[in-house]
Amino acid sequence: MADYAIEMLGITKVFPGIIANDNVTLQVKPNEVHALLGENGAGKSTLMSILFGLYDPDGGSIRIGGREVKISNPNDAYAHGIGMVHQHFKLVHNYTVTENIVLGQIPRGFGGNTDLREAEARVAALSEKYGLNVDPRAKIESITVGMQQRVEILKILYRNADLMIFDEPTAVLTPQEIDELMVTFQRLKAEGKTIILITHKLKEITEAADRCTVLRRGQVVGTVTVSDTTEQALAEMMVGRPVTFGIEKAPAQPGEVVLSLQGLTVKGDKGNEAVRNLSLEVRAGEIVGIAGVDGNGQTELLAAITGLATPSGGKVLLKGKDITRVSIRERIRKGIGHVPEDRHKYGLVLEFRLDENLILKTFDRTPYSNSLGLLNTAPRLEHAQQMIEQFDIRAGQGPFTKARSMSGGNQQKAIIAREIDLSPELLVVAQPTRGLDVGAIEYIHKRLVDERDKGRAVLVVSFELDEILNLCDRIAALSKGEIVGIVPADHADVSQIGAMMAGVRHA
Amino acid sequence: MIDFASLLPSILMMVAPILIAALGGMISEKAGVVNIALEGLMGIGAFTAATVHVLLEPVLPGWSLLIGVASGMVAGGLFSLIHAYASISLNADQVVSGTGINLLAVGIAVFLCQIIFHQDRTSAFQIGMTTDALGLYPTVWIALVVLLGVWFFLYKRPAGLRLRSCGENPQAAAAAGIDVRRLRYLAVMTSGLLGGWAGARLVLTETIQYSMSSINGQGFIALAAVSFGRWMPGGVAGAATLFGTSVALAISMVNVQDLRFLPPQFFSVVPYVLTILTLVLFSGKDFAPRAIGQPYEKGLR
Amino acid sequence: MPDKALPPKEKFDLIDLFTRSNGAVSLLVIALGFVFGSLFILLVGRDPVNMFSALLQVVTGWDSSRGVWNARYIGEWFVASMPLVLCGLSMAFAARTGLFNIGAEGQYIAGLTAAQFVALLFPPIPGLHWLVCVLAGLLAGAAWGGIAGWLKAKYTVSEVVTTIMLNYIALYVSQWLTHAFAPGANTYRTKAYPATSLLANPWIEDLTNGSRLGNGLWFMLLSVLVFWFIIDRTRLGFSLRATGFNKEAARASGIKVQSAITTSMVISGAFAGLAGVIVSMGSFSYGRVLPGMENYGFNGIAVALVGNVTAIGSLLAGLLFGMLNSAQPLMQSREIPKEITWIIFGLVVVFISFRNGFKLLADWRAKQRTKS
Repeated sequence: MADYAIEMLGITKVFPGIIANDNVTLQVKPNEVHALLGENGAGKSTLMSILFGLYDPDGGSIRIGGREVKISNPNDAYAHGIGMVHQHFKLVHNYTVTENIVLGQIPRGFGGNTDLREAEARVAALSEKYGLNVDPRAKIESITVGMQQRVEILKILYRNADLMIFDEPTAVLTPQEIDELMVTFQRLKAEGKTIILITHKLKEITEAADRCTVLRRGQVVGTVTVSDTTEQALAEMMVGRPVTFGIEKAPAQPGEVVLSLQGLTVKGDKGNEAVRNLSLEVRAGEIVGIAGVDGNGQTELLAAITGLATPSGGKVLLKGKDITRVSIRERIRKGIGHVPEDRHKYGLVLEFRLDENLILKTFDRTPYSNSLGLLNTAPRLEHAQQMIEQFDIRAGQGPFTKARSMSGGNQQKAIIAREIDLSPELLVVAQPTRGLDVGAIEYIHKRLVDERDKGRAVLVVSFELDEILNLCDRIAALSKGEIVGIVPADHADVSQIGAMMAGVRHA
Repeated sequence: MIDFASLLPSILMMVAPILIAALGGMISEKAGVVNIALEGLMGIGAFTAATVHVLLEPVLPGWSLLIGVASGMVAGGLFSLIHAYASISLNADQVVSGTGINLLAVGIAVFLCQIIFHQDRTSAFQIGMTTDALGLYPTVWIALVVLLGVWFFLYKRPAGLRLRSCGENPQAAAAAGIDVRRLRYLAVMTSGLLGGWAGARLVLTETIQYSMSSINGQGFIALAAVSFGRWMPGGVAGAATLFGTSVALAISMVNVQDLRFLPPQFFSVVPYVLTILTLVLFSGKDFAPRAIGQPYEKGLR
Repeated sequence: MPDKALPPKEKFDLIDLFTRSNGAVSLLVIALGFVFGSLFILLVGRDPVNMFSALLQVVTGWDSSRGVWNARYIGEWFVASMPLVLCGLSMAFAARTGLFNIGAEGQYIAGLTAAQFVALLFPPIPGLHWLVCVLAGLLAGAAWGGIAGWLKAKYTVSEVVTTIMLNYIALYVSQWLTHAFAPGANTYRTKAYPATSLLANPWIEDLTNGSRLGNGLWFMLLSVLVFWFIIDRTRLGFSLRATGFNKEAARASGIKVQSAITTSMVISGAFAGLAGVIVSMGSFSYGRVLPGMENYGFNGIAVALVGNVTAIGSLLAGLLFGMLNSAQPLMQSREIPKEITWIIFGLVVVFISFRNGFKLLADWRAKQRTKS
């Protein structure tokens, strides 16, 4: 009898520019609940996608029951008894619960027709056995998220999975549904299943997991037995000791309130409340950071501030004026600058040249176009040249460079140049240094501090706690759409913030 | 009074090909592939059937009709392979490849007419399809059978359940182990077979020869019927009947006293106007298969 | 984390060329279209050389059988090209905004019909009459395109379906209106146009030895310029292009995407409407009750795609396809069925849809390289 049910040994996976998994070894004992903990980008999902056959590793091997196996696609995974409950459910919205569960192996009845009655019977039996309550005839689009997840779980149980991978299962559940899920884990365990739980929620790890492997930046930090450790210790392992270069900055001198969020509620695209009753103030001359793991409402929060989404409740005020329902163009004119999280989707038109991208928000104003509606090339090129010099943007053909052919760092500098050039009262920045090299990171951080010193209000959202600690004057921790706590940066305790990000409230 | 009883046979005669083509289009779209090429597929089916029938009539009377229809079907199926390859294997824009097929099919058909018959249409055949005891063409009964068959396949057979999932959420289908590409190919080819068949039936019942105006937009009407019928067999049947009736009335209304006050083009326009109205009315909800028109790419989150 | 080292500079690579250069793809597609067209001709036992000689004749005017130059061929070449160029501009303009306007046919019909009515009903004031015809055609086409644009902007109804439907609605409404209301109308034509409404130009007619080419030529050339001007030099064009390339970034930058869509369809429809005017007032001397689709709109799709949805591309592609169309009678007389041109058009569109295949090929190769 092997010591381990599953072993992933020395797994390495490289994507362009990133080493997602760096010589990762994961060993899961039979019938245990093993948690995989880490921040965004730590490499957890990649590792599990390899196990489930969605990716091929660039190095390393997988053993099941001691024997080496090759898993090239989900069918292979199922054949080895491995199943995955995805974070974004893979369900057909207008099929019933039963149809979704049996889609992989449809029972046949008389004459080879689909035997729905048999299917329902099997679903009912599984449901009973594992205590997973579902309505076999309900359509997916009309059941709760909690029940949808149970359908996902039943899907892999139906295919006889013995090793069950759960990818951030509680991300979209209500507290009650989370409690039900915890009970489910115990049931599954009692039935002999082995569970790998990908999560960043420390509370769930201490409640449900036996052991935990912590990943950071693609590498294994360590594997611990949960009963021997504390949430604080886990949080420290997850975020690591801050290796900060420290930015030279004078203390902030906050002035009047520029941005005021009052009781803001914003719905996400699944209809759930991604931001709940959130209130926050950002003053001129300060940098406020929002720390949190991806998926806790950051996107929706920024959308409400910039105008990409309308909140379902609460208000957004800019220097005292209610801009909750004001158009995006108006907000730009009133002085909101935005460096978006997804620079390719919202920040740049990749097919446009650098000079065109630099005036993307101001092309309809003089001097870039005149009163007849014609574009003026000369001012635009001059402006681009200035921006290139001021912001050290490296572009092969100068202003004529196509945005698509610029490096990520320079694309980001271009966006920041454009936004800063607008002289916005409020500068909203999301993931400002994602995917950039050290030099670009330093430069961008310096510019943001400069803006603060000019008296602007700066709001930074980042998944990198280091960045937040270095850059910001005040830090708000966001978890499940709510601000769990706000601390001044110089009093900030890494593990405390890490814990808050993971949902642990402190008095 | 419109004497529907006497008009019924000709109405049904026009409804049947539209229904068959629409069912083909529905199958393709249910699997996730837009098929604008129905017009062209019906055209190539009509041309092939008429040509084969005319050529074989003197030699194999009685059989030539059947062989004609069969070859029309095959022609449609082969042509649809081009669309399938472009949209499924090459991730082409499905509207572009469909439009190209429409142009190509009619072009090839009339071109070959020139070569074979030295005119821009086929020669007239002697005997087309004949009506049965009830005065109805067999094509009507066949359309009913196809309708029932399609319904049965999509909703009662495991393969149908799998096919529909490809059009709603191909990622979910793939996660369940379904070969999305293969199913989509089969769906598009089926729509080609049915479209070709519909065209064949149309030319053999409604006229005496194939020319470039034989189909005259009925392929697009079939497409509209899929939309109007909300991608469900029953709905599509109802839509095809409604639209087919409209097309039939457009032709025969000159004979009906009571309808003389309407402009002659009134009934011709009805299917198109209705389709736009439905699209607007149902613009909030979307009844189309969710993943329609998107090329399937592996490994998307 | 250090950047991965860049791969060594590739030697000249065909697949890379086709992935990067749209012009190369267009040329390849045209070449393939002719190759397959020739194969088709060979397959049915005719000589492709006859097709090429007919094409040469309409472009140069050299009638090899009689050994004379006849400029009329060149004139008719342009006559055939003008509506194709304009319908190509129509689809191309919408495409730059990210829209699929297959409705050029219906917009063409709308323009044509409006022009016919104005020709017959407007007072025959020299110099003004034909101008008003042109304006009416532009507005009618613009309005017809605008309907589809508005439906998309307001109700997010796909412009692909609505424009197809509107094509047929335009045809039938045009038939009805012309037959029922145009002066002197019977089942296929109206009474003759007053001379003041025609786009005929005696100087050009002379120059081209009696072809039907007239003032439409100036309008077509003007349209090409206008297209280029709007797209490249105005802020409207800027917002349209941004919307076409990246709707989300455009929206995030404050561009009103809905109104961009509607405006684009309106202008797109105007181009096609103009095509309708040029055909009816340039090539005919009386109004017509349209027997069916004229296919300029549909062929315009091929023109726009081959011309890579640019102004100059539409002009060149339009001339190319116009060459094919105007050579039809010559081809017919040389035993090549004129429908070969439709086949070539169809092949071209189908081949262009294969374009994405190059990207797939390039992706696959890049993956192979990283693995090694």
